[in-house]
Amino acid sequence: MTITELDRPAAPSLLSRMKPNLETLPTLAAVAIFIAMLIYGEIAYGRIVAFSTISNLLINNAYLIILAVGLTFVILTGGIDLSVGAVIAISSLVGVMLANAGWNPLVVIVLMILIGSVFGVASGVLIQYFNVQPFIATLAMMFLARGLASILSTTPQRLADDSVIRALSTQWKVYDGPKIDDLVTTPNVLIAALVVIVAFFMLHRTRFGRTVYAIGGSEQSALLMGLPVVRTKLSIYVISGTLAGLAAVVYTSKLGIAQNITGVGWELDAIAAVIIGGTLLTGGAGFVLGSVIGALVLGLMNVLITRDGGIPPEATTIITGGILLAFVLLQRFVVSRKRKS
Amino acid sequence: MSTPVSRPSAAIRVISGLFHQPYVWAIVALLLLLVVNLTKNPAYLGVSVNAATGNLSGNVIDILRASAPIMMIAVGMTLVIATRGIDLSVGSVMAVAGAVSMEFMRNTGTGSFGTAAVAVLLALGISALLGTLNGILVSIVGLQPFITTLVMMLAGRGLAKVITSGQNTSATNEPFRWIANGTILGFPVVFVIAVLIVAVLAALVRRTALGLMIESIGINPKAARMAGIRPVGILISVYIVSAVLAGVAGIFSTASVMTVEVAKTGMTAEMDAILAVVIGGTSLAGGKFSLTGSIIGALLIATLDKTIVYMSIPSSATPAFKAVVIVIICLLQSPRVRSMFNRRRTRVITARKETVPA
Repeated sequence: MTITELDRPAAPSLLSRMKPNLETLPTLAAVAIFIAMLIYGEIAYGRIVAFSTISNLLINNAYLIILAVGLTFVILTGGIDLSVGAVIAISSLVGVMLANAGWNPLVVIVLMILIGSVFGVASGVLIQYFNVQPFIATLAMMFLARGLASILSTTPQRLADDSVIRALSTQWKVYDGPKIDDLVTTPNVLIAALVVIVAFFMLHRTRFGRTVYAIGGSEQSALLMGLPVVRTKLSIYVISGTLAGLAAVVYTSKLGIAQNITGVGWELDAIAAVIIGGTLLTGGAGFVLGSVIGALVLGLMNVLITRDGGIPPEATTIITGGILLAFVLLQRFVVSRKRKS
Repeated sequence: MSTPVSRPSAAIRVISGLFHQPYVWAIVALLLLLVVNLTKNPAYLGVSVNAATGNLSGNVIDILRASAPIMMIAVGMTLVIATRGIDLSVGSVMAVAGAVSMEFMRNTGTGSFGTAAVAVLLALGISALLGTLNGILVSIVGLQPFITTLVMMLAGRGLAKVITSGQNTSATNEPFRWIANGTILGFPVVFVIAVLIVAVLAALVRRTALGLMIESIGINPKAARMAGIRPVGILISVYIVSAVLAGVAGIFSTASVMTVEVAKTGMTAEMDAILAVVIGGTSLAGGKFSLTGSIIGALLIATLDKTIVYMSIPSSATPAFKAVVIVIICLLQSPRVRSMFNRRRTRVITARKETVPA
């Protein structure tokens, strides 16, 4: 243990990162909440700790996991991306319309992802080269993407059921449980898992990832250390935009419908997932795996609300907002404690 | 430069003073839009007087009526942006205010003046409450304004849906409807109310030191604190003002149709407000603000909306167009573009100076 730490002082092992300390407290809190929600759901409503529920949780939230991974990069540098929800709307709308017009589905998928990248590049350039504040630049992109989507169509566009894009949500039975309690997965879930693995590797094992953390810690210091701040900050917005495009593919394939109001408020969900997962809103500290937990907490919350039936579904955003605020407050508490010690 | 300049007349001085205002381009754009409308219909600016009721009617009056809610949220947003903040929740607060008043009037069922008054007070009260929450989270807790108000934007829309159980709610109440459809001295009531509110606010911030304090918080929060300005109270009041004005805007926009559409009322209103503010020359980086500019911005947006309908361009294109304008103004305000312009200007000036010595 000590030897490895001496060898690579800059990159502490995963185990030492997971050890309970103030930095990991929010992430551990998220894990604890997730487990508590599972136990509560199992006792109160039953059939929560079941293969089918867990499978559905992953299938239904694959897009959110992808979005949250993208935002983890952005928030780690102390930035924000408010455009992801609107980018999903324009990307899925363009995708469905082109696919219905008879375009090659593979080309359509690539285009959908690229639309996200283009918005990411635009935000990045505005922020990096023109010193526009991140939330203003991405807010403008959000308005623009939503506006362009409204020009394309204001009615729901349905993807043909036999479209290749929909094949991404075919259910594969991994384990045949009793009755309908099967462990199933879809290509979408595998895409999300792949994104998480790649992001984890990039953030924790590459120079790029280290630069991301350094910028979040102090952009000035990162610049003075000679780190490629400009290139990195530009790339993280491109990553976030591209992953929003990918999330659009995943979501469209699952639902088969695209509309100009798709994804309203998803930026809040994604930000909440990242913050619940223990990434500091001010940047510099956090884990991509925490964001996955955060996304699952939100997904499980939706399941519990649906099962409960007593809470109107309209109240979901209020609860999400409340949780987000609670976790931001927890972060402030943790940061102020850390400063004192 | 060195040649003696004849003393300019008062009119020229006023005009040249106007040209130094940041919102001069907004006025130019506004006039251009009106000219565009005039080319389509030379009688566009005509205002006719209804002999029986004394009401004014015409496109200009329509624009004034449509500009009232935008003016309200734009003025509130100006003050918030001046403190280096932002209020993304204005649209949702509009929906909440509309939902509360409609739900109340529907449930009481009486069309009396008292019911309308209580509905208005309830709507403004809950708006103030949401604004207080925003203000406390920003000033005392120290959250970033955009996160706080983003949460409020989405949670507020949820709240509006919870209040009306997700339904679009209608009510009938003549006094409430009068707010949007009535007239005072021929002018739309909404416009008169908006002008009165703006006048009171403008007097409050410009005739007292309040405006300076708001600007100083936006220019340098630390220096403002050192100078003895307490930011907490000012920040909370600014967010309350913004939310209450959004509540007024919500009443304006629901009263005209006496229906609140929980998913639509106030949608993208925050974009209109931000657009009006930046068009009016207030920088999104905070600091100096111009209420006059924001009002001209609001008028410009209302005119733009009307023009697009008038020209029978599909109105779904407006949000994208507005977003492009915001991006362009952001670019123009950015240091890089400014220094580019400044360099050119100084080059011109130095070139001129070089020719002068003789």
